[in-house]
Amino acid sequence: MKSKYDTILLGHGSGGKLSHDLISDLFTKHFDNDILRQQADSAVLETGTTHLAYTTDSFVVDPIFFPGGDIGKLAIAGTVNDLAVSGALPLYLSVGFIIEEGLPFSDLEQVVLSMAEEARKAGVKIVTGDTKVVDRGKCDKLFINTSGIGALDKQNVPISSGKNIKAGDKIIINGSIGDHGMAVMAARNELNITADITSDCACLNGLIKSALDAGAQIRFMRDATRGGLGTVISELVKGKNYGIRLAEDRLVVNDGVRGMCELLGFDPIYVANEGKVVMVVAKEDADHVVEILKEHPAGAQSAIIGEITNDHQGSAWLETLVGGKRIIEMLSGQQLPRIC
Amino acid sequence: MKYIDEYRDKEIVRLLAEEIKRTVTKPVRLMEVCGGHTMSIQKYGIPYLLPEEVELISGPGCPVCVTSRTYIDRAVAYSRRDDVIITTYGDLIRVPGSSSSLDKEKANGADVRIVYSILDALMVAKKNRRKKIVFLGIGFETTAPISAAGIIKAQMAGLTNFYLYSAHKIMPPAMETLIDEGVKIDGYIGPGHVSTITGKGIYLSIPEKYGLGVVISGFEPVDLMQSILMLVQQIENKEPKVEIEYTRAVKPEGNVKAQEMLDEVFEYRDDWWRGLGILKNSGLKIRDKYAMHDAEVQIPVDTEPLVEPKGCICGDILRGVSKPKDCKLFGTVCTPSDPVGSCMVSNEGSCAAYYLYNR
Repeated sequence: MKSKYDTILLGHGSGGKLSHDLISDLFTKHFDNDILRQQADSAVLETGTTHLAYTTDSFVVDPIFFPGGDIGKLAIAGTVNDLAVSGALPLYLSVGFIIEEGLPFSDLEQVVLSMAEEARKAGVKIVTGDTKVVDRGKCDKLFINTSGIGALDKQNVPISSGKNIKAGDKIIINGSIGDHGMAVMAARNELNITADITSDCACLNGLIKSALDAGAQIRFMRDATRGGLGTVISELVKGKNYGIRLAEDRLVVNDGVRGMCELLGFDPIYVANEGKVVMVVAKEDADHVVEILKEHPAGAQSAIIGEITNDHQGSAWLETLVGGKRIIEMLSGQQLPRIC
Repeated sequence: MKYIDEYRDKEIVRLLAEEIKRTVTKPVRLMEVCGGHTMSIQKYGIPYLLPEEVELISGPGCPVCVTSRTYIDRAVAYSRRDDVIITTYGDLIRVPGSSSSLDKEKANGADVRIVYSILDALMVAKKNRRKKIVFLGIGFETTAPISAAGIIKAQMAGLTNFYLYSAHKIMPPAMETLIDEGVKIDGYIGPGHVSTITGKGIYLSIPEKYGLGVVISGFEPVDLMQSILMLVQQIENKEPKVEIEYTRAVKPEGNVKAQEMLDEVFEYRDDWWRGLGILKNSGLKIRDKYAMHDAEVQIPVDTEPLVEPKGCICGDILRGVSKPKDCKLFGTVCTPSDPVGSCMVSNEGSCAAYYLYNR
């Protein structure tokens, strides 16, 4: 197929519509197989009687250090979370470094220490890796790729596809939205903004495990990273025989994030998170799950923010703060480059 | 958050909605001529709160949307020169020109930098003395004084490598033209940011000449509902006038200092608006005494022949004659990630607002 783009644009990496088109029109088209076709956060692999979840992610965040984390912590949490939201128990990680000539050794060491710390906290082992150094100017300081493998209980296999979602199910998120995207933006010197915003970057496998262990009927999970909560919700509902209703007054947006979104004209529901999981939970279990999540440090502000509906099939609606209604669409075009 | 939460109060909005419903007795079409209002109206779902008699239509208030393709083509031509660095507000870089756009040129190696203010562009000029720094000056009376300040600053700092490419425009000629052309409008929701600079004087011809009201509005839901109520009251009482709802930001006389700066650097010229054509004295040209910073004068380039997109009805949408959903390309061929017309690109464009919030 001849693409309508002669060159790759920044928007192709935005996690929005252009990225989706690139994936479907080029990658999955040529790599096509039954597992890839699922397009879940992790690939679910069946080996004999056991199931494994397998995923990979690359990190190019600029700057590499930001309030609440750094590229290393992000690289561990990102991959751990992709496994955890598939219902898997994250076990082993690989790490690949692409380093720009001239990077201070102390910067690399600081990143590695924070990776080791985060891996320890998440209970995962970094078991293999690779290092490449490129000429100055050929990459920007440091890029990291991590891949991960997790063990998946058979009963949790349907979570990543969300095929058991029903009207009446509740939608839960474990706290405030937009913190990571705005923390990184504020950390960029070019804006000259001093804002008290901390990235929510964190491994969520502990939080998710406590909800799974309680035996709650969790029908779907996804971490709301690039494209934010809005993109997760809109991807989830597209082409489905149910709708989604969210209540804006249930969403937590921290003051610093709100202020910066006002200033720059961003909508917090489309701003990236790195420590937020969106869960779809059976109605009867929802309150209990919120209670469990709230006991966890990464879930203190957990809340039910909406529900799966019979009406508005295939689309997601937000009841606005002032009682109006609007649609939630997938983030389209470029909002913020290089935030993860 | 102070000064915001008060203006997003659900109960106040509900009471205003009830009052609008009680007051209105016949169908009215109110036009917002500011892209910020368009986005806010869709983002908060305001149309769902209004009685069916009140219809909101979007006007030519998105600067990116009314800018001609020729302007983009020329910016693209500048970007292709090795000695030029383009500095621009972010929403301009994806606007399609006749055959390319700034983001495509950037991907092909052009030096195109997104800045948040012309002052950032001046910094780029300071750090890159051997390059010509072209700032794409776009917007109405809101951003034009900042461009003027930038030019004055560049002059004072001796930044001879700094150039403004002006597409700055002023609002009143467009508001009058729409009525002259017979677009059915019963009142204007006046632009908030523009009016902080200009004050209310520039709209006086609208009630005097055309018998229509203008209410200068803020951007929060309570502001918009209050402004709609004030307009409906004016219509019902047959008392068209210019009123300010956004009193916390807009003074009747405006920002005199900014007006003086605008006048120092710019003079009026006839300018082309998408959807409206050439409007007399509607554009801002850099005065001769600052011509050394005028990109159009100092950096001649050949631009490619103009090609307008087929099937795009941006023009009718900007006039309030059609809505985005009336366009055959809307949401199918034309999306924010692959826009055909400029109204789908800018955050403030009607098509982008409808695509994101009201499909």
